[in-house]
Amino acid sequence: MAAHLKKRVYEEFTKVVQQQHEDLSAKKLRLTKPSKSAALHVDLCKATSPADALQYLLQFTRKPVEVESVEGVVRILLEHYYKENDASVRLKIASLLGLLSKTAGFSPDCITDDAINTLQNEKSHQVLAQLLDTLLVIGTKLTENPSVRMRLVEVACKHLTDSSHGVRNKCLQLIGCLGPVEKGVAKEAESQAAKDVQKIIGDHFNDQDPRVRTAAIKAMLQLHERGLKLQQAIYSQACKLLADDYEQVRSAAVQLIWVLSQLYPESIVPIPSSNEEIRLVDDAFGKICHMVSDGSWVVRVQAAKLLGSMQQVSSHFLEQTLDKKLMSDLRRKRTAHERAKELYSSGEFSSGRKWGDDAPKEEIDTGAVNLIESGACGAFVHGLEDEMYEVRIAAVEALCMLAQSSPSFAEKCLDFLVDMFNDEIEEVRLQSIHTMRKISNNITLREDQLDTVLAVLEDSSRDIREALHELLCCTNVSTKEGIHLALVELLKNLTKYPTDRESIWKCLKFLGSRHPTLVLPLVPELLSTHPFFDTPEPDMDDPAYIAVLVLIFNAAKSCPTMPALFSDHTFRHYAYLRDSLSHLVPPLRLPGRKLVSPPVSPSITPHEDPSQQFLHQSLERVYNLQHLDPQGIQELLEFTIRDLQRLGELQSELAGMADFTATYLQCQLLLIKALQEKLWNVAAPLYLKQNALASAAAKQILEETYKMEFMYSGVESGQVVIIHHMRLQAKALQLIVTARTTRGVEPLFGMCEKFLQEVDSFQRCFISELPHMQGSFVDKLLDLMPRLVTSKSSEVVKILQTTLRQSTFLHLPLPEQLHRATANIIEPTGESDNPLRFTSGLVVALDVDATLEHVQDPQGTVKVQVLYPDGQAQLIHPKPADFRNPGPGRHRLITQVYLSHTAWTEPCQIEVRLLLAYNSNRSKASAKIPKSTWSESLEALPQSENGIEGTIPFSKPVKVYIMPKPARR
Amino acid sequence: FPEISYLFFFCLGAGAGQDVGRSCILVSIAGKNVMLDCGMHMGYNDDRRFPDFSYITQNGRLTDFLDCVIISHFHLDHCGALPYFSEMVGYDGPIYMTHPTKAICPILLEDYRKITVDKKGETNFFTSQMIKDCMKKVVAVHLHQTVQVDEELEIKAYYAGHVLGAAMFQIKVGCESVVYTGDYNMTPDRHLGAAWIDKCRPDLLITESTYATTIRDSKRCRERDFLKKVHETVERGGKVLIPVFALGRAQELCILLETFWERMNLKAPIYFSTGLTEKANHYYKLFITWTNQKIRKTFVQRNMFEFKHIKAFDRAFADNPGPMVVFATPGMLHAGQSLQIFRKWAGNEKNMVIMPGYCVQGTVGHKILSGQRKLEMEGRQILEVKMQVEYMSFSAHADAKGIMQLIRQAEPRNVLLVHGEAKKMEFLKQKIEQEFHVNCYMPANGETTTIFTNPSIPVDISLGLLKRETAIGLLPDAKKPKLMHGTLIMKDNSFRLVSPEQALKELGLAEHQLRFTCRVHIQDPRKEHETVLRVYNHLKGVLKDYSVQHLPDGSITVESILIQATAHSEDQGTKVLLVSWTYQDEELGSYLTSLLKKGLPQSST
Repeated sequence: MAAHLKKRVYEEFTKVVQQQHEDLSAKKLRLTKPSKSAALHVDLCKATSPADALQYLLQFTRKPVEVESVEGVVRILLEHYYKENDASVRLKIASLLGLLSKTAGFSPDCITDDAINTLQNEKSHQVLAQLLDTLLVIGTKLTENPSVRMRLVEVACKHLTDSSHGVRNKCLQLIGCLGPVEKGVAKEAESQAAKDVQKIIGDHFNDQDPRVRTAAIKAMLQLHERGLKLQQAIYSQACKLLADDYEQVRSAAVQLIWVLSQLYPESIVPIPSSNEEIRLVDDAFGKICHMVSDGSWVVRVQAAKLLGSMQQVSSHFLEQTLDKKLMSDLRRKRTAHERAKELYSSGEFSSGRKWGDDAPKEEIDTGAVNLIESGACGAFVHGLEDEMYEVRIAAVEALCMLAQSSPSFAEKCLDFLVDMFNDEIEEVRLQSIHTMRKISNNITLREDQLDTVLAVLEDSSRDIREALHELLCCTNVSTKEGIHLALVELLKNLTKYPTDRESIWKCLKFLGSRHPTLVLPLVPELLSTHPFFDTPEPDMDDPAYIAVLVLIFNAAKSCPTMPALFSDHTFRHYAYLRDSLSHLVPPLRLPGRKLVSPPVSPSITPHEDPSQQFLHQSLERVYNLQHLDPQGIQELLEFTIRDLQRLGELQSELAGMADFTATYLQCQLLLIKALQEKLWNVAAPLYLKQNALASAAAKQILEETYKMEFMYSGVESGQVVIIHHMRLQAKALQLIVTARTTRGVEPLFGMCEKFLQEVDSFQRCFISELPHMQGSFVDKLLDLMPRLVTSKSSEVVKILQTTLRQSTFLHLPLPEQLHRATANIIEPTGESDNPLRFTSGLVVALDVDATLEHVQDPQGTVKVQVLYPDGQAQLIHPKPADFRNPGPGRHRLITQVYLSHTAWTEPCQIEVRLLLAYNSNRSKASAKIPKSTWSESLEALPQSENGIEGTIPFSKPVKVYIMPKPARR
Repeated sequence: FPEISYLFFFCLGAGAGQDVGRSCILVSIAGKNVMLDCGMHMGYNDDRRFPDFSYITQNGRLTDFLDCVIISHFHLDHCGALPYFSEMVGYDGPIYMTHPTKAICPILLEDYRKITVDKKGETNFFTSQMIKDCMKKVVAVHLHQTVQVDEELEIKAYYAGHVLGAAMFQIKVGCESVVYTGDYNMTPDRHLGAAWIDKCRPDLLITESTYATTIRDSKRCRERDFLKKVHETVERGGKVLIPVFALGRAQELCILLETFWERMNLKAPIYFSTGLTEKANHYYKLFITWTNQKIRKTFVQRNMFEFKHIKAFDRAFADNPGPMVVFATPGMLHAGQSLQIFRKWAGNEKNMVIMPGYCVQGTVGHKILSGQRKLEMEGRQILEVKMQVEYMSFSAHADAKGIMQLIRQAEPRNVLLVHGEAKKMEFLKQKIEQEFHVNCYMPANGETTTIFTNPSIPVDISLGLLKRETAIGLLPDAKKPKLMHGTLIMKDNSFRLVSPEQALKELGLAEHQLRFTCRVHIQDPRKEHETVLRVYNHLKGVLKDYSVQHLPDGSITVESILIQATAHSEDQGTKVLLVSWTYQDEELGSYLTSLLKKGLPQSST
């Protein structure tokens, strides 16, 4: 009804507008829905000048055209095309043809010939280019039709001799996209004009216009992408293009060379100006290296990126990229002990002294320089020193990829990566730290390198520090001094930035477990034990002391001799830490200490199976006991829920699964409780209580189902059905409750209708799952559907009630992996007693730092909620850039929340928490509905089904003490 | 018309040639005279400090001789003699420099004047007013802006790195061009980007070659070491003295330390001795577009030159306890504030002095760098140096590799090395000739180098003719020369290629046709028309690509060539073929005659 009304209002409104316009007739035609072609025809005939016609066409473009009328419209347009003298109108028509042929569901077969014919007599180059573009659209839509494609390619070849670059451009593009790729077709086509597309395109590598040259290379790349094997002969041509004057040509040529080097890595090419020959991939590598010092940064980025993926290159070529000092030999000297000395000598102010050293070397080395065209040496040195950070990042990435595949190269590039830790742009620093982490299995840090790495720990950017901690987690250190240095620097970091505590502990945990033998000799010093004297017991709450202990205990895990060095209080502290920080401190087998060597100790792995088994067994038990008395069922459910929850706490890997099932059982339990027959039959005065209980239960079940659907990652359609089914039951319960409390039929009627619609949509969404739901609520309901639709609302309610009670309880299948989304607010900590003071009416920024786990698409779903003591709630959408992704499944939110309030008399606490927003539209169920019917269902479904949006709090709230002061006058 | 134009190259005084010092180069290109840079020599205090401008013209006025003067950047060895040159010697023509150079140059000149006149008490030196007057003659240019000096001479500036506002200049007359690099830097630093030039293919590239034999280590190591040293000293409570020259490297080091302090959250104070630096810093803040990517990108949030941690230095601060870092002038520790502070701090081994540049022999800086631990100061005092002495070069010149890279980018036809030591230049010259196969020159001071160019001469062609000629041939091929017929008209210093008809029309001449006729004797006893038919068939067979026609009047045409046959008056067995062609068809005509002279093939029929 409402929709109907809206339509009418809209109609009237348009009429008003219409009267203001002068050309009534044209508008009216469209309102009465004439065929588009007719309207267009009228418009175009009326047009007196080309400008008018252009206007009409422009207007026409803005409106969509139905699939059925496309052909008609095309015919009209073509008709006008031939009549039109003005090139700009013809151009517009040509572009419209292309747009129209893109219409989904329209097959441009029928207009191909006409489109080709238009080319015959066209004089304007621009229109020609546009027409060719249209042909390209048509061709791409008709990929299965080789004969059409052949014709189009032929047409394109014919126009390749055009004098306009635009036309040649489009021709090449068309050939690239549609040219025959398969061998068979090519043979068949040989009789025709288009023989060898590669040759045709290759001829245009030397075109006089740079844009055409670029298009030719791009067309070649396009052919490659479509699966044609490019000929090796192109290689020499492409090499010449590297010296082109225009950057886009060079950029495309670099790509082409890369493609060829991947296709023919092992072929041999001669080196010009000498008799030697090298592998093609090496030659190409050298050439691309050369481009790293190109004049245009676009080309430099391109080249640097591509270098990374050339893994077949031989190692001595690869290593040259890091060796800028081929001539003056400074780098080679650069070992740890000579550093200080070398530093002075490399202090580059050319003091005539050094002249004698490097001059003769140059002459010896020129041969070597020519071997790999001079640019290749030091390509990465240049790339990493480039002025554009885009190039530097690309170079770091390339280094990373190459180092991952070649351990020796990884060792060599270490110095350079370490240098990048001091780049002026943070992104570059971060990228290089990440790179280093990725290659860390291949390398061992020398002490001086470690020193530079550790110096970065003082960086004020948290991202950098944390990336560095991650890096330290997986680095190999060679000496015990190294470990000591790392520990000292980490502790320094800890005192400077106490918020890094967790991250540092974690880092030390890995550092300890990786280098037990190096830690061993350090133990007495670290614990400051003395052979004769007792030393004072350190403060157990000192984060620095905990850090040291974490390092030692983790090292002790694989070093049984270490505990002998511990003093008494160390054992006590161990017991304490093992309990309080169990994720950082491993179980140790400590001799003679019964207290800390419990049976729980060493092996954890065999445990996994029993707990999984336990989970399944308890679920089985619940599912099998269908016919117990309600009391028994309730008790069993309660016990199982309790068991599952405890299991979740104990076994972190099963937590998601256990929580999920526990929630489900909880819902079931609530439903059973609410439906208890005894209560429903009692006298009227008790209704109220029962109603309150039942409606609360229904509400809670609804909430829980949303949690189940949106808070867990890994939920599959099998679970979604069950969840939706549970939700449907809750809605039924709600309906029953309202039916019993409200008087009058009118409101109830609407509710019933709505409910039935929901059942309907449920059926539509999950039609494939219905066979698995024998005996369930929905199954029974669907059987009764014809009856329900016709009967009165009070009867519907009655039927629902009985069905609800009789329906069986569905088995919830468990997916492989199920993780619950969790969030943990690290900052604000909520410990501060100092209120955050600010002037009322102004804003104060509160830093929020939280870790999120297993949240899909956090940018879209995670919100921050601020609750003020007066009940005011504020919802903040963090910027997408505030989310970082440190690892798979993990996210980190670092954002600022702006608070403001009117003046308070005294400080008070506000609550900050994270919410997970959901929208039932986005649910996995509705995603399954095919796209084409989507718009229909949008209209058909009631508004409520589509628009349920809500939020689930998924982090513990943190209290922040604030104090808005009154403004001073 | 192979025209030879020459570039006349000339260095004034002991500067730009094979020496580091005053730069002043005179280039004569296609009749235009340009002076590049006008520097002074720091080492002299007499007449030798300025170039001898009397070389240029013996008695004429400079303004008449020079078309323009170009200053590449604000260092005194490139612009120090400018007021002397323009005001005292007398030059009123235009002087070109970039905007930052124009802004900062007078500050340095004024400083230089003050030191020479006020401190050393010299007379006969340029005055403040002269500096002002001189700057009025300056025309400021933007990067990549083509400035038309006069109708033929144009100049264009390219970014050169080195110092703020440093530029390379392309000087172009007609199709001949010279690029002068000034000082440039191919590796970016903390406040400036790298030099860049497009593929302008000049006839001559004049490049500096200060570091002709060095290939520098990565800048990062040096920066890191510098920072590490400063950090360590500050951490153990020592004081760091960094003697600098006021402009250029000082700003780079400031940025470096400032960002490091920011990153590492350090609290120790950094001071910069005031003076002309403050004024200069102001310009650094202003000319953001001339700085590197990082500063350009972040200046919206915060201008990097608005230092947060670096404060102005006061003499009293030197005695403050606790760690600090001080930048003080001058850079060689020979006088002034840096020396005062040095004397105060030298006795403590916790302190450190970092020399960021080259020190001239005889200065305190040079002494301590060469390891001297006991210094004799004025008044017979002995100063014992206990503080650590570090040397750290942050030079902003291109190294050998950078020079090669620039040559590769610009693709010049000739290279000329200046601003370097002869021995080193020799090495680089050899290298350039070997790699790029171009001529390389390295003239000494006062030596003239002449370079012959092979200029291409542009000719205007009428559109009609171009279209007609392209229509005849196949598609145009960029790589192959193409033959076309036309008339070249040279008139009023311009060249035009037009069709012959138009040329005739313009010249008011009637068209004359030139025809060649030739008789060929053929032994053929048959009748005339049969002979003609045989000839026709023969030609048809041989000349497949041409239209061969047999006309009803008994003659044959091949394209526009006419062939007629008559019987020989004396010998009926000999036929005379008359071949006639126009001058335009000379090629085909002569081919045809030679073909016919060979005789007809013996036909089977």
